[in-house]
Amino acid sequence: MSLLDIKNMTVEFPTRRGVFTAVRDVSLSVNPGEILGVVGESGAGKSTIGNAVIGLLEPPGRLAGGEIYLKGKRIDDLDEDELRSIRGNRIGMIFQDPLTSLDPLQTIEQQLMETIQLHLKLDDDAARANAVGLLDRVGIPDPEVRIKQYPHQFSGGMRQRVVIALALCANPEVVIADEPTTALDVSIQAQILELMRELCRERSVGMILITHDMGVIADVTDRVAVMYRSRLVEEGPTEKILGNPDHPYTKSLISAVPRPDVRLARFPVVEYIESAGDRRDSIDIATHWLGAGRGEKAPDGTMLRIEDLQVRFLTRFSFFKKHRLYVDAVDHVSFDIRQGEVFGLVGESGSGKSTIARAIAGLYKPKGGHIHFAGADLTAVKSEAEMDRYRRQLQMIFQDPYSSLNPRMKVMDIVAEPIRFHGLAAGGAETRRIVLDLLEHVGLGAEAARKYPHEFSGGQRQRISIARALATRPRFLICDEPTSALDVSIQAQILNLLKDLQAELGLTMLFISHDLPVIRQMCDRVGVMRHGKLVEVAETETLFQSPQHPYTRHLLDLMPKLEVLSHEAIAGLEVAD
Amino acid sequence: MAVPQDDKKPSLWARLNDNDVVYSFFHSPLAMAAAFVTALMVLSSFGAPLVAPFDPFDPAQISLWDGKKPPAWEAGGDPAYLLGTDNQGRDMLSTILYGGRISLLVGFASVFLGMFLGVMLGVISGYVGGWFETIIMRLADVQLTIPGILTAILINGILRSVLPPELRDEMAIYVVILAIGLSDWPQFARVARGATLVEAKKEYIQAARVIGLRPFLIMARHIVPNVMRPVLVLATIGLALAIIAEATLSFLGQGVPPTTPSLGTLIRVGNEYLFSGLWWITFFPAVALVVLVLAVNLLGDWLRDTLNPKLR
Repeated sequence: MSLLDIKNMTVEFPTRRGVFTAVRDVSLSVNPGEILGVVGESGAGKSTIGNAVIGLLEPPGRLAGGEIYLKGKRIDDLDEDELRSIRGNRIGMIFQDPLTSLDPLQTIEQQLMETIQLHLKLDDDAARANAVGLLDRVGIPDPEVRIKQYPHQFSGGMRQRVVIALALCANPEVVIADEPTTALDVSIQAQILELMRELCRERSVGMILITHDMGVIADVTDRVAVMYRSRLVEEGPTEKILGNPDHPYTKSLISAVPRPDVRLARFPVVEYIESAGDRRDSIDIATHWLGAGRGEKAPDGTMLRIEDLQVRFLTRFSFFKKHRLYVDAVDHVSFDIRQGEVFGLVGESGSGKSTIARAIAGLYKPKGGHIHFAGADLTAVKSEAEMDRYRRQLQMIFQDPYSSLNPRMKVMDIVAEPIRFHGLAAGGAETRRIVLDLLEHVGLGAEAARKYPHEFSGGQRQRISIARALATRPRFLICDEPTSALDVSIQAQILNLLKDLQAELGLTMLFISHDLPVIRQMCDRVGVMRHGKLVEVAETETLFQSPQHPYTRHLLDLMPKLEVLSHEAIAGLEVAD
Repeated sequence: MAVPQDDKKPSLWARLNDNDVVYSFFHSPLAMAAAFVTALMVLSSFGAPLVAPFDPFDPAQISLWDGKKPPAWEAGGDPAYLLGTDNQGRDMLSTILYGGRISLLVGFASVFLGMFLGVMLGVISGYVGGWFETIIMRLADVQLTIPGILTAILINGILRSVLPPELRDEMAIYVVILAIGLSDWPQFARVARGATLVEAKKEYIQAARVIGLRPFLIMARHIVPNVMRPVLVLATIGLALAIIAEATLSFLGQGVPPTTPSLGTLIRVGNEYLFSGLWWITFFPAVALVVLVLAVNLLGDWLRDTLNPKLR
């Protein structure tokens, strides 16, 4: 008999447009000391399973069918009081965001002791000793001192450790972890996963780990369940599922994961979530508006030269200059981007990679240094009119597809705006024709022009963003984490589109990402950023095969290896040279 | 994320019913009743020349002999004058309809003025920041510490004393609009600035800057349409307040003159006759005012709850 048994679970959300079934007939089981991964793309219903098990479905959601057993005892028909004694006591929860899952007004000690005493009925001293021991176990240094502190005195990774301690403090039999490392940087993610792995073994706790990240699945889980559109499509040992999946959805999902080990010419396309958006080659780039008038070539083959760039933000204002506090987001950085290449910038959050992009795009004013674009020093340009000439050639694609389009404008006007502003087309009719061609070219179809952004999915919106960026006929495109908000199958489509456009338009690109496998698939050369400084620049393959700087080696070590990935999966694919 | 696949255009009604605001409206009896009453009062006031039995501004139709008649159902009432007549022999029903027109006109115009000023200053403050924001927002803070009606009385008084006496009655309505509008802008500025701060951080604003759009265009084309939602909610509630402000000014004798009375003027005039038993001269305009303000207010509350579920 297993620890937790879910039998034929169905969860429904009645809405006024009909009943939405979030989870349909799902059966799962978890054994002591085992980590069961539940993987799937957004909207597949994976988080709903976790919430249903502990009876925390958001209203109006309801368990419409199925049974849940904890050690053979049925728990889905318990009333709220009985459920509360199970929740926290026998089933622990770890949530995604460590910033919001701790009470900011209570010390760690108060929060831990409250939970321990509620469930274990210990006296104060025993509970405190228990709490200190737990903090020590989850790797918090000086637990006797730190236990008196408030959550804001801990970093994100440390806070997630406290959350884990909180989930474990009543000695639960099952822990449900919902995207526990998604909000964390890679180096901290690796430590937290390792810790969860050890704790599960050591205390024979059964864990359900809900994630969208195949790397996390490959690293720590024993078995995997794959969810697709509210159904469980496949379940089995991790190595089997990742290495030799049966279901076509699992196959295509795994093939879409950017490979860290070899560089492919293109990503295999997943048709399951939404159709890949056929690019209708209705326009001939060589003769079309989009291909014409791309501007003169850079004199010496260098498109962009960053020289000693410095960007500084004010963190505390004072009337007296010497009392003001600054943070150097970009600290004396220099690099070149050659014409026609894709240059990657990689680093953890706060390393200054996005700040560089925004400084190049003119959104931030650098404190010092120079930005040479096609031979001209952008930092020395004084007039707006002169700046417009360069702005036209230098466009940007943003990270968040949900906020990068004006919700009150139709797609036609969003894409036409740069053409109208820079006067790139002869008249209204020509502008409209160009916009329709652009939308076709990014795989959306001309009918998209009449709609508003909210009618599109995240991946489709990112295509609109790309069309808008192309509408000025740029030579240089900045992509700031263009796919980090997207599901892996959609990510593959968008990255393919960017590769195609880069090749056919001869674009030079600055590609920013925290995801090393994506960088390997996309970039010709890479710069590694840390704390506002550029620590290493190298050809991509050189960097991945023989990293020079210790920090680069550290980042590469943390990259999920996905060694179990099926080798047939790449057999039929074209490997880039 | 569902992908809209079918390109078949749904009917207008189906699309309207799909809209959450429209759906919520047709499932809220209170909102529908409030909208009905508001629409009835707005239509009958602005259509007063067609609807009203008499024209109270036409001296030929007024006779002092018909003055101070009680409502039709009271003893001594005249069926021609359903709600009775005032001290000058004007039909109360017609006067209320014509008066409602002035009240509503002042309400709409002053809210529009306050909204225009407030949104403009608020959006510029939020987007540009710096000393402009400091000065405008401190000014708004100072004005918010003084009750709106006092500000309106002050502005009203200053404007009236500046105008030549022969123009005072003629210009009274514009003076009142200006006074109420100017007393109203800080709330709009606060809301617009707050919404602008949120919107300006979003990436579509940065995309517009990367394209090269100048700040004026960014504010006009990208920010203003996106901050109008909370502003319009405030405007609906502000409309009720502006109507009350006008009535208060007129009641205090600072508003529109008795020759072209608004609801507030009617209440003031009637107030003088209240203790001589002529209750209807003040009662019916007061009821009309209460019903109008209540309906507009309920409509505003419903709109706020629907558009901003977090405030509920």
